[in-house]
Amino acid sequence: MFTGASQFALVGVVGAGGSIWAGALAAGLLGSRNTLYGLRLSTLLAVRGWRRALASQFVIDETTAMAIARDDPLSGRFAFWATGVVLFVFWNTGTLIGALATHALSNPKVLGLDAAPPAAFLALLAPRLRAREPLALAIAAAVVAIAVLPFVPAGVPLLIVAVLVALFGAFRR
Amino acid sequence: MTWPGILVASAACYALKLAGLSLPQRWLQNPRVQRTVPLIPIALLAALVATQTFATGQHLVLDVRAAALAVAVVAVILRAPFLVVIVLAAATAALLRLL
Repeated sequence: MFTGASQFALVGVVGAGGSIWAGALAAGLLGSRNTLYGLRLSTLLAVRGWRRALASQFVIDETTAMAIARDDPLSGRFAFWATGVVLFVFWNTGTLIGALATHALSNPKVLGLDAAPPAAFLALLAPRLRAREPLALAIAAAVVAIAVLPFVPAGVPLLIVAVLVALFGAFRR
Repeated sequence: MTWPGILVASAACYALKLAGLSLPQRWLQNPRVQRTVPLIPIALLAALVATQTFATGQHLVLDVRAAALAVAVVAVILRAPFLVVIVLAAATAALLRLL
């Protein structure tokens, strides 16, 4: 899994006591935006066969932003592959270090590590909130998630929010 | 059951990317799809921020994580880099627990 928000979401749901499948569903839902990124990139990249299979893994927020910000297709393609390879190596190295290092911690709370995931989600969210409507949507989603949380199993609040936002997107004019 | 879940989620995340590069353009150009898909990460990330800050398991709690989140909000408003936001939030929680 090489798409950070999905990775964090899965870990977050399971860490809060939710089932692995609720976490997997949340991860998949968060990964759905990469389909639209792929759609935007497919003409630019023009990849087939094994190159497409490889390029797919690199379709994420950062590579899309770097690729479509270039003026000509050649440097766009270069930006996509360079960003993809560099991030893939460093991100997964970081994940591995994190997975190994936390075994050495007796109580992660002492380091404030339980406050890190919400800050990470907020940092991923912030660039998407530069307009009024997304900000209102984010606040509404947070309120709904908190309101239903005491009454449903861990992880399910996320799925309720996902269903509501899909309905909102489908039915609004 | 953890590893099967992780593998299925990883396969799904990869398939969603491959679909974007492979499906005919018109399939995904439905205006409703174009409008709705960008909203999903906004709503889910906001819900994750809220539930990871104000809850432990199924109980709503107000603890040092709320203060840490407030620090993180200020940091993102000031456009601090990703890692700085996280380190500031964790440090805030750690310091408040020491007091």
